[in-house]
Amino acid sequence: MKLDSMYQEVILDHYKHPQGRGLRDGDAEVHHTNPTCGDEITLRVKLDGGRVEDVSYEGQGCSISQASASVLHELLVGKELAEASKVQELFLALMQSKGQLTPDDAMEEVLEDAVAFAGVSKYPARVKCALLSWMAWKDATAQALSVKETA
Amino acid sequence: MISLPGLLDTEAIRKDFPILDRTVHDGKKIVYLDNAATSQKPRQVLDVLNEYYERHNSNVHRGVHVLAEEATAGYEGARDKVAAFINAPSRDEVIFTKNASESLNLVANMLGWADEPYRVDRGTEIVITEMEHHSNIVPWQLLSQRTGAKLKWFGLTDDGRLDLSNIDQVITEKTKVVSFVLVSNILGTINPVEEIVRRAQEVGALVVIDASQAAPHMALDVQALQADFVAFTGHKMCAPTGIGVLWGRQELLEDLPPFLGGGEMIETVSMHSSTYAPAPHKFEAGTPPIAQAIGLGAAVDYLTGIGMDNIQAHEHAITEYAVRRLLEVPDLRIIGPTTAEDRGAAISFTLGDIHPHDVGQVLDEQGIAVRVGHHCARPVCLRYGIPATTRASFYLYSTPAEVDALVDGLEHVRNFFG
Repeated sequence: MKLDSMYQEVILDHYKHPQGRGLRDGDAEVHHTNPTCGDEITLRVKLDGGRVEDVSYEGQGCSISQASASVLHELLVGKELAEASKVQELFLALMQSKGQLTPDDAMEEVLEDAVAFAGVSKYPARVKCALLSWMAWKDATAQALSVKETA
Repeated sequence: MISLPGLLDTEAIRKDFPILDRTVHDGKKIVYLDNAATSQKPRQVLDVLNEYYERHNSNVHRGVHVLAEEATAGYEGARDKVAAFINAPSRDEVIFTKNASESLNLVANMLGWADEPYRVDRGTEIVITEMEHHSNIVPWQLLSQRTGAKLKWFGLTDDGRLDLSNIDQVITEKTKVVSFVLVSNILGTINPVEEIVRRAQEVGALVVIDASQAAPHMALDVQALQADFVAFTGHKMCAPTGIGVLWGRQELLEDLPPFLGGGEMIETVSMHSSTYAPAPHKFEAGTPPIAQAIGLGAAVDYLTGIGMDNIQAHEHAITEYAVRRLLEVPDLRIIGPTTAEDRGAAISFTLGDIHPHDVGQVLDEQGIAVRVGHHCARPVCLRYGIPATTRASFYLYSTPAEVDALVDGLEHVRNFFG
Protein backbone atom coordinates (compact mmCIF):
# COMPACT_ATOMS: atom_id res chain seq x y z
CA MET A 1 0.00 0.00 0.00
CA LYS A 2 1.23 3.44 -0.98
CA LEU A 3 0.60 4.95 2.44
CA ASP A 4 3.33 2.80 3.93
CA SER A 5 5.83 4.39 1.59
CA MET A 6 5.12 7.72 3.27
CA TYR A 7 4.52 6.58 6.81
CA GLN A 8 7.58 4.38 7.20
CA GLU A 9 7.94 2.68 10.55
CA VAL A 10 11.00 4.84 11.25
CA ILE A 11 8.94 7.99 10.75
CA LEU A 12 6.08 6.86 12.97
CA ASP A 13 8.63 5.85 15.59
CA HIS A 14 10.25 9.29 15.61
CA TYR A 15 6.78 10.87 15.71
CA LYS A 16 5.78 8.88 18.76
CA HIS A 17 9.17 9.18 20.47
CA PRO A 18 10.71 12.48 19.38
CA GLN A 19 14.43 12.96 20.01
CA GLY A 20 15.76 16.16 21.53
CA ARG A 21 12.40 17.88 21.81
CA GLY A 22 12.10 20.91 24.11
CA LEU A 23 13.82 24.28 23.98
CA ARG A 24 17.28 24.59 25.48
CA ASP A 25 19.94 27.26 25.47
CA GLY A 26 20.94 28.42 21.99
CA ASP A 27 22.84 31.09 20.02
CA ALA A 28 19.90 31.85 17.75
CA GLU A 29 16.21 31.10 17.65
CA VAL A 30 13.83 31.08 14.69
CA HIS A 31 10.13 30.49 14.31
CA HIS A 32 8.97 28.97 11.05
CA THR A 33 5.45 28.15 9.94
CA ASN A 34 3.82 26.35 7.09
CA PRO A 35 0.96 28.68 6.28
CA THR A 36 -0.98 26.15 4.27
CA CYS A 37 -1.51 23.77 7.17
CA GLY A 38 -0.57 25.51 10.38
CA ASP A 39 2.56 23.50 11.18
CA GLU A 40 4.87 25.53 13.40
CA ILE A 41 8.32 25.12 14.84
CA THR A 42 10.49 27.18 17.15
CA LEU A 43 14.07 26.02 16.80
CA ARG A 44 17.32 26.99 18.51
CA VAL A 45 20.85 26.26 17.38
CA LYS A 46 23.84 26.21 19.70
CA LEU A 47 27.25 26.22 18.09
CA ASP A 48 30.57 25.30 19.65
CA GLY A 49 33.10 26.82 17.29
CA GLY A 50 32.51 25.03 14.02
CA ARG A 51 30.48 22.23 15.59
CA VAL A 52 26.72 21.86 16.10
CA GLU A 53 26.52 21.53 19.87
CA ASP A 54 22.72 21.36 20.12
CA VAL A 55 19.53 21.76 18.16
CA SER A 56 16.47 22.15 20.34
CA TYR A 57 12.91 22.69 19.21
CA GLU A 58 9.26 23.00 20.10
CA GLY A 59 6.46 22.78 17.63
CA GLN A 60 3.18 21.43 16.54
CA GLY A 61 2.31 19.75 13.33
CA CYS A 62 1.72 16.53 11.51
CA SER A 63 3.67 13.32 12.00
CA ILE A 64 5.89 14.11 9.02
CA SER A 65 6.96 17.54 10.28
CA GLN A 66 7.47 16.35 13.85
CA ALA A 67 9.35 13.19 12.92
CA SER A 68 11.54 15.19 10.56
CA ALA A 69 12.60 17.53 13.37
CA SER A 70 13.43 14.55 15.55
CA VAL A 71 15.54 12.97 12.80
CA LEU A 72 17.28 16.30 12.23
CA HIS A 73 18.23 16.49 15.88
CA GLU A 74 19.59 12.98 15.86
CA LEU A 75 21.52 13.52 12.67
CA LEU A 76 23.04 16.98 13.04
CA VAL A 77 23.91 17.36 16.71
CA GLY A 78 27.62 16.73 17.22
CA LYS A 79 28.52 17.16 13.56
CA GLU A 80 30.95 19.73 12.15
CA LEU A 81 28.99 22.55 10.49
CA ALA A 82 30.32 21.81 7.01
CA GLU A 83 29.28 18.21 7.32
CA ALA A 84 25.87 19.12 8.77
CA SER A 85 25.27 21.49 5.86
CA LYS A 86 26.02 18.67 3.43
CA VAL A 87 23.42 16.50 5.16
CA GLN A 88 20.93 19.33 4.94
CA GLU A 89 21.59 19.84 1.24
CA LEU A 90 21.28 16.16 0.45
CA PHE A 91 18.03 15.91 2.40
CA LEU A 92 16.71 18.94 0.52
CA ALA A 93 17.62 17.32 -2.80
CA LEU A 94 15.92 14.10 -1.79
CA MET A 95 12.74 15.89 -0.74
CA GLN A 96 12.62 17.89 -3.95
CA SER A 97 13.09 14.80 -6.11
CA LYS A 98 9.35 14.13 -6.58
CA GLY A 99 9.96 10.47 -5.86
CA GLN A 100 12.58 10.20 -8.62
CA LEU A 101 15.56 9.66 -6.32
CA THR A 102 15.95 6.18 -4.92
CA PRO A 103 18.33 6.31 -1.99
CA ASP A 104 21.43 4.21 -2.56
CA ASP A 105 23.95 3.01 0.03
CA ALA A 106 26.04 6.18 -0.26
CA MET A 107 23.02 8.34 0.40
CA GLU A 108 21.87 6.14 3.24
CA GLU A 109 25.25 6.48 4.87
CA VAL A 110 24.87 10.27 4.97
CA LEU A 111 21.15 10.53 5.68
CA GLU A 112 20.67 7.48 7.94
CA ASP A 113 17.06 7.51 9.25
CA ALA A 114 16.26 10.49 7.04
CA VAL A 115 16.17 8.28 3.92
CA ALA A 116 12.83 7.08 5.24
CA PHE A 117 11.38 10.37 4.00
CA ALA A 118 12.07 9.45 0.35
CA GLY A 119 8.45 8.31 0.00
CA VAL A 120 7.16 11.68 1.23
CA SER A 121 8.76 13.40 -1.77
CA LYS A 122 6.03 11.87 -3.95
CA TYR A 123 3.39 13.92 -2.14
CA PRO A 124 3.85 17.59 -3.09
CA ALA A 125 1.53 18.77 -0.30
CA ARG A 126 3.72 17.10 2.32
CA VAL A 127 7.22 18.03 1.18
CA LYS A 128 6.96 21.33 3.02
CA CYS A 129 6.07 19.47 6.22
CA ALA A 130 9.23 17.39 5.96
CA LEU A 131 11.39 20.41 5.19
CA LEU A 132 10.02 22.75 7.86
CA SER A 133 12.57 21.99 10.57
CA TRP A 134 15.45 21.73 8.07
CA MET A 135 14.76 25.19 6.69
CA ALA A 136 14.44 26.48 10.25
CA TRP A 137 17.80 24.92 11.12
CA LYS A 138 19.48 26.51 8.11
CA ASP A 139 18.05 29.90 9.01
CA ALA A 140 18.94 29.62 12.71
CA THR A 141 22.47 28.49 11.90
CA ALA A 142 23.03 31.45 9.59
CA GLN A 143 21.81 33.76 12.33
CA ALA A 144 23.98 32.11 14.97
CA LEU A 145 27.02 32.53 12.72
CA SER A 146 26.32 36.19 12.05
CA VAL A 147 25.81 36.80 15.78
CA LYS A 148 29.20 35.22 16.44
CA GLU A 149 30.83 37.25 13.69
CA THR A 150 29.43 40.49 15.07
CA ALA A 151 30.58 39.51 18.55
CA MET B 1 -29.17 2.24 2.14
CA ILE B 2 -30.03 4.57 4.96
CA SER B 3 -33.09 6.66 4.34
CA LEU B 4 -33.49 9.96 6.12
CA PRO B 5 -36.46 12.30 5.85
CA GLY B 6 -35.76 15.24 3.54
CA LEU B 7 -33.16 13.55 1.36
CA LEU B 8 -33.05 14.34 -2.34
CA ASP B 9 -32.97 11.62 -4.97
CA THR B 10 -29.18 11.52 -4.94
CA GLU B 11 -29.06 8.57 -7.30
CA ALA B 12 -30.55 10.75 -10.02
CA ILE B 13 -28.60 13.87 -9.04
CA ARG B 14 -25.26 12.10 -9.00
CA LYS B 15 -25.74 11.12 -12.65
CA ASP B 16 -25.44 14.83 -13.45
CA PHE B 17 -21.92 14.96 -11.96
CA PRO B 18 -19.52 12.85 -14.05
CA ILE B 19 -16.62 13.37 -11.66
CA LEU B 20 -18.40 11.55 -8.85
CA ASP B 21 -17.87 8.33 -10.81
CA ARG B 22 -14.11 8.73 -10.70
CA THR B 23 -12.02 6.18 -8.95
CA VAL B 24 -8.67 6.92 -7.30
CA HIS B 25 -5.90 4.92 -5.63
CA ASP B 26 -6.45 1.58 -7.36
CA GLY B 27 -10.15 1.60 -7.98
CA LYS B 28 -11.58 3.30 -4.93
CA LYS B 29 -14.65 5.34 -5.73
CA ILE B 30 -14.16 8.96 -4.77
CA VAL B 31 -16.05 10.22 -1.72
CA TYR B 32 -16.01 13.97 -2.23
CA LEU B 33 -16.47 15.76 1.09
CA ASP B 34 -14.67 19.00 0.25
CA ASN B 35 -17.65 20.98 -0.95
CA ALA B 36 -17.00 24.01 1.24
CA ALA B 37 -13.78 24.49 -0.73
CA THR B 38 -15.43 24.01 -4.10
CA SER B 39 -18.38 22.11 -5.46
CA GLN B 40 -18.37 19.72 -8.38
CA LYS B 41 -19.99 20.82 -11.65
CA PRO B 42 -23.01 19.18 -13.27
CA ARG B 43 -23.07 18.26 -16.93
CA GLN B 44 -25.72 20.96 -17.44
CA VAL B 45 -23.11 23.60 -16.57
CA LEU B 46 -20.25 21.93 -18.44
CA ASP B 47 -22.40 21.66 -21.58
CA VAL B 48 -23.27 25.35 -21.47
CA LEU B 49 -19.59 26.28 -21.14
CA ASN B 50 -18.70 24.09 -24.06
CA GLU B 51 -21.53 25.40 -26.20
CA TYR B 52 -20.55 28.96 -25.44
CA TYR B 53 -16.99 28.44 -26.64
CA GLU B 54 -18.00 26.30 -29.61
CA ARG B 55 -20.81 28.51 -30.91
CA HIS B 56 -21.02 31.97 -29.34
CA ASN B 57 -17.56 33.05 -28.18
CA SER B 58 -16.93 36.77 -28.59
CA ASN B 59 -16.21 39.79 -26.45
CA VAL B 60 -19.27 41.39 -24.90
CA HIS B 61 -20.91 44.79 -25.42
CA ARG B 62 -20.46 47.25 -28.28
CA GLY B 63 -19.98 44.54 -30.90
CA VAL B 64 -22.34 44.74 -33.86
CA HIS B 65 -21.84 41.24 -35.17
CA VAL B 66 -23.92 38.18 -34.38
CA LEU B 67 -21.44 36.50 -32.06
CA ALA B 68 -20.90 39.66 -30.00
CA GLU B 69 -24.64 40.04 -29.63
CA GLU B 70 -25.04 36.42 -28.56
CA ALA B 71 -22.18 36.63 -26.07
CA THR B 72 -23.63 39.83 -24.63
CA ALA B 73 -27.09 38.31 -24.39
CA GLY B 74 -25.62 35.30 -22.60
CA TYR B 75 -23.56 37.41 -20.18
CA GLU B 76 -26.34 39.86 -19.38
CA GLY B 77 -28.84 37.00 -19.26
CA ALA B 78 -26.73 35.44 -16.53
CA ARG B 79 -27.07 38.69 -14.58
CA ASP B 80 -30.85 38.42 -14.84
CA LYS B 81 -30.71 34.85 -13.56
CA VAL B 82 -28.50 35.75 -10.61
CA ALA B 83 -30.71 38.75 -9.77
CA ALA B 84 -33.77 36.50 -9.66
CA PHE B 85 -31.86 33.85 -7.67
CA ILE B 86 -31.08 36.28 -4.84
CA ASN B 87 -34.33 38.27 -5.18
CA ALA B 88 -32.50 41.49 -6.06
CA PRO B 89 -34.89 44.42 -6.70
CA SER B 90 -32.91 45.30 -9.83
CA ARG B 91 -30.56 43.44 -12.18
CA ASP B 92 -28.31 46.50 -12.15
CA GLU B 93 -27.43 45.74 -8.54
CA VAL B 94 -25.60 42.55 -9.52
CA ILE B 95 -21.88 43.12 -10.12
CA PHE B 96 -19.81 40.28 -11.54
CA THR B 97 -16.36 39.85 -9.97
CA LYS B 98 -13.90 36.99 -10.09
CA ASN B 99 -14.73 35.60 -6.65
CA ALA B 100 -16.05 36.54 -3.21
CA SER B 101 -12.64 37.84 -2.14
CA GLU B 102 -12.70 40.34 -4.97
CA SER B 103 -16.28 41.29 -4.07
CA LEU B 104 -15.28 42.04 -0.47
CA ASN B 105 -12.14 43.91 -1.52
CA LEU B 106 -14.28 45.93 -3.89
CA VAL B 107 -16.60 47.05 -1.08
CA ALA B 108 -13.68 47.89 1.21
CA ASN B 109 -12.10 50.01 -1.53
CA MET B 110 -15.37 51.74 -2.43
CA LEU B 111 -15.71 52.80 1.19
CA GLY B 112 -12.08 53.85 1.51
CA TRP B 113 -12.37 56.23 -1.45
CA ALA B 114 -15.95 57.32 -0.83
CA ASP B 115 -17.09 60.81 0.11
CA GLU B 116 -19.17 61.42 3.17
CA PRO B 117 -21.39 59.99 4.50
CA TYR B 118 -19.89 56.62 3.54
CA ARG B 119 -16.20 57.35 3.90
CA VAL B 120 -14.31 55.06 6.29
CA ASP B 121 -11.66 57.21 7.87
CA ARG B 122 -9.74 58.05 11.03
CA GLY B 123 -12.15 58.28 13.94
CA THR B 124 -14.55 55.73 12.46
CA GLU B 125 -14.84 52.02 13.13
CA ILE B 126 -15.10 48.82 11.10
CA VAL B 127 -16.69 45.74 12.70
CA ILE B 128 -16.09 42.12 11.67
CA THR B 129 -16.14 38.82 13.58
CA GLU B 130 -13.58 36.28 14.76
CA MET B 131 -15.11 33.58 12.54
CA GLU B 132 -14.50 35.33 9.22
CA HIS B 133 -12.70 33.76 6.32
CA HIS B 134 -9.42 35.59 5.71
CA SER B 135 -11.13 37.20 2.71
CA ASN B 136 -13.40 39.09 5.09
CA ILE B 137 -10.58 39.99 7.49
CA VAL B 138 -7.61 41.10 5.42
CA PRO B 139 -9.44 43.64 3.17
CA TRP B 140 -10.70 45.37 6.32
CA GLN B 141 -7.27 45.25 7.97
CA LEU B 142 -5.86 46.90 4.87
CA LEU B 143 -8.59 49.54 4.91
CA SER B 144 -8.01 50.12 8.61
CA GLN B 145 -4.25 50.49 8.13
CA ARG B 146 -4.65 52.83 5.18
CA THR B 147 -7.31 55.08 6.67
CA GLY B 148 -6.65 54.94 10.41
CA ALA B 149 -10.13 53.56 11.06
CA LYS B 150 -10.32 51.21 14.03
CA LEU B 151 -10.98 47.50 13.36
CA LYS B 152 -13.18 45.76 15.95
CA TRP B 153 -14.72 42.29 16.06
CA PHE B 154 -17.18 40.01 17.78
CA GLY B 155 -15.63 37.07 19.62
CA LEU B 156 -16.91 33.50 19.71
CA THR B 157 -18.61 31.40 22.35
CA ASP B 158 -17.21 28.02 23.36
CA ASP B 159 -19.86 26.24 21.28
CA GLY B 160 -18.92 28.00 18.07
CA ARG B 161 -21.45 30.83 17.93
CA LEU B 162 -20.97 34.58 17.73
CA ASP B 163 -20.78 36.23 21.13
CA LEU B 164 -23.17 39.15 20.70
CA SER B 165 -23.52 39.85 24.43
CA ASN B 166 -21.64 43.13 23.99
CA ILE B 167 -23.20 44.10 20.68
CA ASP B 168 -23.93 47.67 21.80
CA GLN B 169 -20.28 48.20 22.73
CA VAL B 170 -18.92 46.63 19.55
CA ILE B 171 -21.26 48.38 17.12
CA THR B 172 -21.36 52.04 18.11
CA GLU B 173 -22.16 55.47 16.69
CA LYS B 174 -18.64 55.48 15.22
CA THR B 175 -19.21 52.26 13.25
CA LYS B 176 -19.28 52.86 9.51
CA VAL B 177 -19.48 49.29 8.31
CA VAL B 178 -20.26 45.87 9.77
CA SER B 179 -19.12 42.91 7.67
CA PHE B 180 -19.84 39.33 8.69
CA VAL B 181 -20.24 35.83 7.38
CA LEU B 182 -23.71 34.34 7.02
CA VAL B 183 -22.52 30.73 7.32
CA SER B 184 -19.03 30.01 8.68
CA ASN B 185 -16.80 27.97 6.37
CA ILE B 186 -14.97 26.38 9.29
CA LEU B 187 -17.51 26.14 12.12
CA GLY B 188 -20.62 25.69 9.99
CA THR B 189 -22.47 28.19 12.19
CA ILE B 190 -25.39 30.08 10.65
CA ASN B 191 -25.28 33.56 12.15
CA PRO B 192 -28.22 35.60 13.46
CA VAL B 193 -28.38 38.21 10.72
CA GLU B 194 -31.40 40.08 12.04
CA GLU B 195 -29.93 41.00 15.39
CA ILE B 196 -26.71 42.34 13.86
CA VAL B 197 -28.49 44.20 11.07
CA ARG B 198 -30.89 45.82 13.54
CA ARG B 199 -28.03 47.19 15.64
CA ALA B 200 -26.08 48.32 12.57
CA GLN B 201 -29.13 50.17 11.24
CA GLU B 202 -29.63 51.83 14.62
CA VAL B 203 -26.23 53.49 14.32
CA GLY B 204 -26.41 54.04 10.56
CA ALA B 205 -23.64 51.59 9.65
CA LEU B 206 -23.55 49.78 6.31
CA VAL B 207 -23.94 46.00 6.45
CA VAL B 208 -21.86 43.65 4.29
CA ILE B 209 -22.68 39.95 4.30
CA ASP B 210 -20.30 37.25 3.09
CA ALA B 211 -22.72 34.64 1.75
CA SER B 212 -20.13 32.37 0.13
CA GLN B 213 -21.20 29.36 2.19
CA ALA B 214 -24.88 30.30 2.10
CA ALA B 215 -25.68 30.97 -1.56
CA PRO B 216 -24.94 27.35 -2.63
CA HIS B 217 -26.98 25.80 0.17
CA MET B 218 -30.12 27.81 0.94
CA ALA B 219 -32.50 30.32 -0.61
CA LEU B 220 -30.76 33.69 -0.50
CA ASP B 221 -32.98 36.77 -0.41
CA VAL B 222 -30.99 39.97 -0.29
CA GLN B 223 -34.08 42.02 0.49
CA ALA B 224 -35.03 39.84 3.45
CA LEU B 225 -31.45 40.04 4.75
CA GLN B 226 -31.70 43.86 4.71
CA ALA B 227 -28.00 44.10 4.03
CA ASP B 228 -26.36 46.78 1.91
CA PHE B 229 -23.91 44.45 0.20
CA VAL B 230 -23.88 40.67 -0.23
CA ALA B 231 -20.87 38.81 -1.62
CA PHE B 232 -20.59 35.23 -2.86
CA THR B 233 -18.71 33.10 -5.34
CA GLY B 234 -19.83 30.86 -8.18
CA HIS B 235 -17.54 27.89 -7.91
CA LYS B 236 -18.99 26.72 -4.60
CA MET B 237 -22.46 26.56 -6.22
CA CYS B 238 -21.86 24.33 -9.24
CA ALA B 239 -20.48 27.14 -11.45
CA PRO B 240 -16.92 27.40 -12.79
CA THR B 241 -14.14 29.16 -10.93
CA GLY B 242 -13.39 32.77 -11.85
CA ILE B 243 -16.86 34.23 -11.32
CA GLY B 244 -18.14 35.92 -8.18
CA VAL B 245 -20.94 38.29 -7.33
CA LEU B 246 -21.28 41.46 -5.36
CA TRP B 247 -24.83 42.59 -4.86
CA GLY B 248 -25.23 46.17 -3.61
CA ARG B 249 -28.16 48.50 -3.02
CA GLN B 250 -28.71 50.66 -6.07
CA GLU B 251 -28.41 54.08 -4.43
CA LEU B 252 -25.12 53.04 -2.86
CA LEU B 253 -23.77 51.81 -6.17
CA GLU B 254 -24.74 55.14 -7.69
CA ASP B 255 -23.03 57.15 -4.95
CA LEU B 256 -19.88 55.11 -4.37
CA PRO B 257 -16.78 55.58 -6.50
CA PRO B 258 -15.37 52.92 -8.85
CA PHE B 259 -12.33 50.94 -7.76
CA LEU B 260 -10.81 49.38 -10.88
CA GLY B 261 -10.64 51.64 -13.92
CA GLY B 262 -10.51 50.51 -17.51
CA GLY B 263 -12.57 49.46 -20.47
CA GLU B 264 -16.30 48.95 -20.13
CA MET B 265 -16.67 50.98 -16.92
CA ILE B 266 -16.65 54.39 -18.60
CA GLU B 267 -19.13 56.71 -20.21
CA THR B 268 -16.64 59.05 -21.84
CA VAL B 269 -12.88 59.42 -21.59
CA SER B 270 -10.62 62.34 -22.41
CA MET B 271 -6.94 62.72 -21.57
CA HIS B 272 -7.87 64.86 -18.59
CA SER B 273 -10.76 63.01 -17.02
CA SER B 274 -13.49 60.44 -17.47
CA THR B 275 -17.07 59.89 -16.54
CA TYR B 276 -18.35 56.49 -15.60
CA ALA B 277 -20.96 54.09 -16.80
CA PRO B 278 -23.86 53.44 -14.45
CA ALA B 279 -23.71 50.40 -12.15
CA PRO B 280 -23.11 47.53 -12.54
CA HIS B 281 -20.72 48.31 -15.39
CA LYS B 282 -19.04 51.06 -13.38
CA PHE B 283 -17.56 48.27 -11.26
CA GLU B 284 -16.70 45.83 -14.06
CA ALA B 285 -13.54 47.20 -15.68
CA GLY B 286 -12.04 45.20 -18.52
CA THR B 287 -13.24 42.11 -20.35
CA PRO B 288 -15.27 40.20 -17.78
CA PRO B 289 -15.25 36.43 -17.22
CA ILE B 290 -17.92 35.87 -19.87
CA ALA B 291 -18.07 32.10 -20.11
CA GLN B 292 -17.84 31.84 -16.34
CA ALA B 293 -20.78 34.21 -15.84
CA ILE B 294 -22.82 32.23 -18.35
CA GLY B 295 -21.78 29.08 -16.48
CA LEU B 296 -23.01 30.67 -13.26
CA GLY B 297 -26.32 31.37 -14.95
CA ALA B 298 -26.55 27.70 -15.90
CA ALA B 299 -25.67 26.70 -12.32
CA VAL B 300 -28.44 28.95 -11.00
CA ASP B 301 -30.88 27.26 -13.42
CA TYR B 302 -29.71 23.86 -12.25
CA LEU B 303 -30.02 24.66 -8.53
CA THR B 304 -33.36 26.41 -9.00
CA GLY B 305 -34.65 23.37 -10.87
CA ILE B 306 -33.93 21.21 -7.83
CA GLY B 307 -35.12 23.91 -5.44
CA MET B 308 -32.99 25.70 -2.85
CA ASP B 309 -35.38 24.73 -0.04
CA ASN B 310 -35.07 21.09 -1.06
CA ILE B 311 -31.29 21.37 -1.11
CA GLN B 312 -31.31 22.93 2.34
CA ALA B 313 -33.57 20.17 3.70
CA HIS B 314 -31.29 17.53 2.18
CA GLU B 315 -28.18 19.02 3.69
CA HIS B 316 -29.87 19.46 7.03
CA ALA B 317 -30.70 15.74 7.11
CA ILE B 318 -27.16 14.81 6.08
CA THR B 319 -25.66 17.19 8.65
CA GLU B 320 -27.83 15.83 11.43
CA TYR B 321 -26.78 12.31 10.53
CA ALA B 322 -23.11 13.24 10.13
CA VAL B 323 -22.94 15.04 13.48
CA ARG B 324 -24.50 12.04 15.20
CA ARG B 325 -22.20 9.52 13.53
CA LEU B 326 -19.06 11.61 14.03
CA LEU B 327 -19.74 12.01 17.72
CA GLU B 328 -19.66 8.20 17.99
CA VAL B 329 -15.99 8.22 16.93
CA PRO B 330 -13.76 8.02 20.03
CA ASP B 331 -11.60 11.12 20.68
CA LEU B 332 -13.40 13.12 18.00
CA ARG B 333 -14.18 16.72 18.93
CA ILE B 334 -16.39 18.83 16.70
CA ILE B 335 -15.17 22.42 16.46
CA GLY B 336 -18.43 24.33 16.09
CA PRO B 337 -22.06 23.61 16.94
CA THR B 338 -22.64 19.96 17.87
CA THR B 339 -26.22 19.89 16.65
CA ALA B 340 -27.63 20.53 13.19
CA GLU B 341 -29.62 23.56 14.39
CA ASP B 342 -28.61 26.86 12.76
CA ARG B 343 -25.80 24.99 11.17
CA GLY B 344 -24.57 24.47 7.63
CA ALA B 345 -23.08 21.32 6.17
CA ALA B 346 -19.40 22.01 6.87
CA ILE B 347 -18.21 20.08 9.92
CA SER B 348 -14.73 20.64 11.36
CA PHE B 349 -13.25 18.32 13.92
CA THR B 350 -10.09 17.14 15.62
CA LEU B 351 -9.28 13.50 16.25
CA GLY B 352 -7.32 13.01 19.46
CA ASP B 353 -3.72 14.13 18.96
CA ILE B 354 -3.59 13.02 15.36
CA HIS B 355 -2.73 15.98 13.20
CA PRO B 356 -5.34 16.84 10.54
CA HIS B 357 -2.71 16.48 7.82
CA ASP B 358 -2.24 12.87 8.79
CA VAL B 359 -5.99 12.34 9.06
CA GLY B 360 -6.49 13.76 5.57
CA GLN B 361 -3.68 11.70 4.08
CA VAL B 362 -4.99 8.40 5.39
CA LEU B 363 -8.55 9.29 4.34
CA ASP B 364 -7.27 10.16 0.86
CA GLU B 365 -5.76 6.73 0.54
CA GLN B 366 -9.31 5.40 0.94
CA GLY B 367 -10.63 7.77 -1.71
CA ILE B 368 -12.17 10.20 0.79
CA ALA B 369 -11.50 13.87 -0.01
CA VAL B 370 -11.64 16.21 2.99
CA ARG B 371 -9.85 19.48 3.66
CA VAL B 372 -7.28 19.89 6.41
CA GLY B 373 -5.64 22.97 7.85
CA HIS B 374 -6.98 26.27 9.13
CA HIS B 375 -9.42 26.74 6.23
CA CYS B 376 -8.39 30.38 5.77
CA ALA B 377 -9.88 31.10 9.17
CA ARG B 378 -6.79 30.93 11.37
CA PRO B 379 -8.24 33.15 14.14
CA VAL B 380 -10.85 30.43 14.77
CA CYS B 381 -8.10 27.85 15.31
CA LEU B 382 -6.31 30.23 17.67
CA ARG B 383 -9.59 30.87 19.54
CA TYR B 384 -10.09 27.15 20.19
CA GLY B 385 -6.41 26.43 20.85
CA ILE B 386 -5.93 24.03 17.95
CA PRO B 387 -3.41 24.16 15.11
CA ALA B 388 -5.83 23.00 12.44
CA THR B 389 -8.92 20.89 11.82
CA THR B 390 -10.15 18.24 9.45
CA ARG B 391 -13.27 19.44 7.67
CA ALA B 392 -15.91 17.34 5.93
CA SER B 393 -18.46 19.35 3.98
CA PHE B 394 -21.52 18.11 2.15
CA TYR B 395 -23.67 19.18 -0.77
CA LEU B 396 -26.80 18.22 -2.69
CA TYR B 397 -25.21 15.02 -4.03
CA SER B 398 -23.83 13.81 -0.67
CA THR B 399 -25.28 10.59 0.73
CA PRO B 400 -25.56 8.97 4.16
CA ALA B 401 -23.36 6.18 2.76
CA GLU B 402 -20.60 8.77 2.27
CA VAL B 403 -20.97 9.79 5.92
CA ASP B 404 -20.56 6.12 6.83
CA ALA B 405 -17.48 5.89 4.62
CA LEU B 406 -15.99 8.85 6.46
CA VAL B 407 -16.69 7.33 9.85
CA ASP B 408 -15.14 4.01 8.75
CA GLY B 409 -12.21 5.93 7.32
CA LEU B 410 -11.64 7.68 10.63
CA GLU B 411 -11.58 4.33 12.39
CA HIS B 412 -8.84 3.31 9.99
CA VAL B 413 -6.96 6.55 10.78
CA ARG B 414 -7.14 5.81 14.50
CA ASN B 415 -5.80 2.31 13.96
CA PHE B 416 -3.01 3.58 11.76
CA PHE B 417 -1.72 6.09 14.27
CA GLY B 418 -2.91 4.27 17.41
